[in-house]
Amino acid sequence: MLHIVNKSPYERNSLDAALRSVTEGSALLLIEDAVYAATQGNAAAAKIQSAAAAGIKVFALKPDLETRGVADRVMDGVSLVDYGGFVDLVAEQPNCQSWL
Amino acid sequence: MSDEMDMDEGGTIKKFMFVNRKAPYGSIYALEALEVVLISAAFEQDVSMAFVDDGVYQLMKNINSEGTEIKNFSKTYRALEGYDIEKLYVEQESLEARGLTEDNLIVDVTVLPAAEMGKLMAEQDVVISH
Repeated sequence: MLHIVNKSPYERNSLDAALRSVTEGSALLLIEDAVYAATQGNAAAAKIQSAAAAGIKVFALKPDLETRGVADRVMDGVSLVDYGGFVDLVAEQPNCQSWL
Repeated sequence: MSDEMDMDEGGTIKKFMFVNRKAPYGSIYALEALEVVLISAAFEQDVSMAFVDDGVYQLMKNINSEGTEIKNFSKTYRALEGYDIEKLYVEQESLEARGLTEDNLIVDVTVLPAAEMGKLMAEQDVVISH
């Protein structure tokens, strides 16, 4: 399953809700303001890292990182995708949930 | 009791603080705040801007929105100086919680601990939040 999060981890609990629901082999995609969660030193960094360590594949949308000036601050364990990669993730996974 | 402050060409100058707490591109708040701040400059008021919580992300360097094709208004923060808006305050706790320092920001700012920011806010005649 693909879990998509688009809210800042500082402003909403969407990321926490997604992380409670992810299962091994699932993918987590961070887009829009959720990409701040993929940056070094942010408050959600440990949560993202433990998800990655538990076998969740974590992705962040590169154009959204660049738009926010944080593309050079991405933490280890997070893979970057462009819009084509976003489509591939949706197509590869049997279903998806957007944690709006 | 007088509610008159400094007089300048017959008008009263009030202290306005614009408080920014939202990340820049996920909603329209940051851009709208900039528009209002620039309008306020035309009225020659004592204007300051405060950046708190996700609002500090508005000032990130290296913003490149070609990929998303969203309007990049990052450079407008640099232009504020030209409108005599030079008082830019950033809350220290918000920067630290995001793993950021002053060096990550596109303009020169004054970094203040929350308690100092609160005092400054209390001194204002008008506080406008975005």
